[in-house]
Amino acid sequence: MADERLKIESVPPKSDWRDPKVEFRKGTFCYSAAGKHLEALDLPNPREWQPTDADWKLPADWKQIILDGMRERLKKYRSFRLFMDICVRCGACADKCHYFLGSNDPKNMPMVRAELLRSVYRRYFTPAGKAFGSLAGGRELTEEVIKEWFYYFYQCSECRRCSVFCPFGIDTAEVTMIGRELLGLLGININWVTKPAADCFRVGNHLGIQPHAFKDSLEFAAEELEEITGIQVDLPINRKGAEVLFIMPSADYFATPHYYTLLGYMSLFHEIGLDFTYSAYASEGGNFGMFTSHEMMKRLNAKIYDEARRLGVKWILGGECGHMWRVLHQYMDTMNGPADFLEPPVSPITGTRFDNARTTRMVHISEFTADLLYHNKLKLDPRRNDRWNVTYHDSCNPARGMGLLEEPRYVLKRSCNNFFEMPANTIREQTFCCGSGSGLGTDENLEIRLRGGFPRANAVRHVHEKHGVNMLACMCAIDKATMPALMEYWVPGVEVAGVHELLGNALVMTGEKERTKDLRGEPLPQPSMAQPQPPAAEVINA
Amino acid sequence: MGPLSSAIGVVALIVLAALAGASEPGRVVLGLVIPYAALATFLAGICYRLVQWALAPVPFRIPTTCGQQKSLPWIKSARLDNPSTGLGAVGRMALEVLLFRSLFRNNQAELYERRFVFGDSKYLWLGALAFHWSLLIVLLRHLRLPVEPVPQFVLALNAVDGFFQIGAPVLYLSNLIVLGALVYLLLRRWRDPQLRYISQFSDYFAPLLLLGIAVSGMLMRYGAGADVVAVKRFAIGLATFQPVLPEGLGLLFWIHLLLVSALAACFPFSKLMHMGGVFLSPTRNLANNSRIKRHINPWNYPVKTHTYAEWEHEFHDKIKAAGIPLDEEQKNG
Ligand code: SF4
Ligand code: SF4
Repeated sequence: MADERLKIESVPPKSDWRDPKVEFRKGTFCYSAAGKHLEALDLPNPREWQPTDADWKLPADWKQIILDGMRERLKKYRSFRLFMDICVRCGACADKCHYFLGSNDPKNMPMVRAELLRSVYRRYFTPAGKAFGSLAGGRELTEEVIKEWFYYFYQCSECRRCSVFCPFGIDTAEVTMIGRELLGLLGININWVTKPAADCFRVGNHLGIQPHAFKDSLEFAAEELEEITGIQVDLPINRKGAEVLFIMPSADYFATPHYYTLLGYMSLFHEIGLDFTYSAYASEGGNFGMFTSHEMMKRLNAKIYDEARRLGVKWILGGECGHMWRVLHQYMDTMNGPADFLEPPVSPITGTRFDNARTTRMVHISEFTADLLYHNKLKLDPRRNDRWNVTYHDSCNPARGMGLLEEPRYVLKRSCNNFFEMPANTIREQTFCCGSGSGLGTDENLEIRLRGGFPRANAVRHVHEKHGVNMLACMCAIDKATMPALMEYWVPGVEVAGVHELLGNALVMTGEKERTKDLRGEPLPQPSMAQPQPPAAEVINA
Repeated sequence: MGPLSSAIGVVALIVLAALAGASEPGRVVLGLVIPYAALATFLAGICYRLVQWALAPVPFRIPTTCGQQKSLPWIKSARLDNPSTGLGAVGRMALEVLLFRSLFRNNQAELYERRFVFGDSKYLWLGALAFHWSLLIVLLRHLRLPVEPVPQFVLALNAVDGFFQIGAPVLYLSNLIVLGALVYLLLRRWRDPQLRYISQFSDYFAPLLLLGIAVSGMLMRYGAGADVVAVKRFAIGLATFQPVLPEGLGLLFWIHLLLVSALAACFPFSKLMHMGGVFLSPTRNLANNSRIKRHINPWNYPVKTHTYAEWEHEFHDKIKAAGIPLDEEQKNG
């Protein structure tokens, strides 16, 4: 069926990057944000429009708004000014972007993506550009340019892979973030980001799940867990005086396969007797503000510390999510700290002090679990995962905005007998994005998602064929939401799971009934059952 | 258009230098006016740019982490690729600036019938490293001209650089490498379709200018010859602000000097400023310790949030019906 799949070209087309014209073809862009969601967040210039419209109904002084916005941000962010100034167009980042690799659209090369904004910067903010215009790489700011920005800044998942390879560390994700902020000033946002942001703001989570429904879905999960393990777990919600506040991405309690990861957390917390609480107010770890503006990121993130303060917990534990952790790790303390009302986190089970989180006071669950395993506080039966040949996909943000690489692998290797790494240039800090990060995981954008996800899928296919890998483990809500479709399209036969789902499968709980099912409710492999055999290795050198 | 117009630009400069170098007033402009003007532009421009960068704050700690973080004591962290201390960040910067660490990671994606293969690709790294280092050596060797007595380290550099004596005058290795690397980098830009797509005037102009400088310099040294004593007198005069215009400087010298002046004058306004910028890049020069040490944003400002009280107010009945504790109840109880 390969022929029916998207064609991936490798010869760049002959065109001029200065020409801003883009074609909004179905499947390659996201719908605009409805005015009501902008209003809910007090965002400027709410209105109804679509990218395919000829007239985007820009405010009359749109040009001034953009230029003023640029001037302000050039003063506020050294990163922005520097990244506008020092790219030498060496091309080291060119073939590092999964959107370029999958779409072959030259404007998806990171330095060109940034150049779309940089050319305007040169024209209006640098002496050379003001004097020599296009000879100095400057470009006039026109409505066409605004449309082009929209197209390409929403074809960047802010994954930072380009930044790893750039000799100056130029981070196109940072440029994209600023670019989206600028577009936001004109009321240009996408619905898949702004609606969730509005729901996070008012209701508490991006799915708009209200407190009673939040409780219902946790209860439902607990019932399911009881059926599988015979053990009833507690569901503390908004409980004051707990030691730990647990924050997870909302998809964990409402979407599959995230849900099985929730069952994993629940089993773990019960087994170690963690004194913790969920929160129905701070019921979203993911931060859709990050895809909108720095200000929105701060507004949504504020809930976490506010809730921790209100509940009087000692420290915060965070679940499996990618961009959530970029915000928690690199922004939260600066934006909404200091967290002096909390205590430096100490594991109540092992006594380990998490010194790496001593001021932000928020610990990643894989750090927490790896510590438990290292101190042999958990009894595991990895054979329960024997039907899976597992590989691990590093999510962009924990990999390149944090460096959380070994902890999840440690948990996985202890929980599973069959673990295989993908090729070195596609994992860890060089990991490839799922293709749907930064709010792009919406259906109308499917073609770009499948194209952008192709390099990742390609590496999975390699281990699928070589080692019979049939399970792609990951630690990100967006991965879990979008990679099943990606796998189905490019590598059928590979499923997607959270790290704590596989841990939960292997976890032997005190007083559990004889386990016949895994957390998916599917039969456990029988000890006598033969191990899945990998098909004959097809060698590609990577 | 880029390659052609920048080549025309460089040739125009060469012709200009040749014409002006032939007349007395022309030489005054080339030898006295332009070098000082270029130097002033160079220095003032660089200061302006550096100050502009330095004045912009670094609101967030956003290093791009390229290795394992420092977390649990038994997990080995990548101290240089993901430093958790200031010292580590200095080490990371040193690797970056001196050895081009990030370029060393480079690989090349190639598509074989729907399969990507990421092969090592170290040529760019090698070319860039060779170019920058030998350019630095060439520059340092030039110190023998305006400084008298010639510093020891320059003499030592000369000796090492000219170690492979091939004929007389001594052939400096660095000259050959600069030339080779420049040609490679230019050809790469010209031949690689991706690079060519994005390359602009200045991407060709700067290397062509450098090529002109290198070739005219080398011709002076190995070819047509130049009166070294005259060049030295001129250089010392320039450096001590007592400029002189000795006889016998020759056409090649004027070309060389004008091209260098042009490069210096353009420097602060072009991408060549990457030389200064690399030190300031917040994705590289900061330690990844944002959960260990609080980072302050100087312009942090209060924002509108949706407070717990507002939330409880809106969903009060549903919270109560679900049996989730309300704030008040917990206060009183
Ligand atoms: S790697 Fe960096 S300097 Fe080179 S083209 Fe990309 S952004 Fe520019
Ligand atoms: S941040 Fe990621 S998606 Fe964006 S340009 Fe860089 S590599 Fe591409």
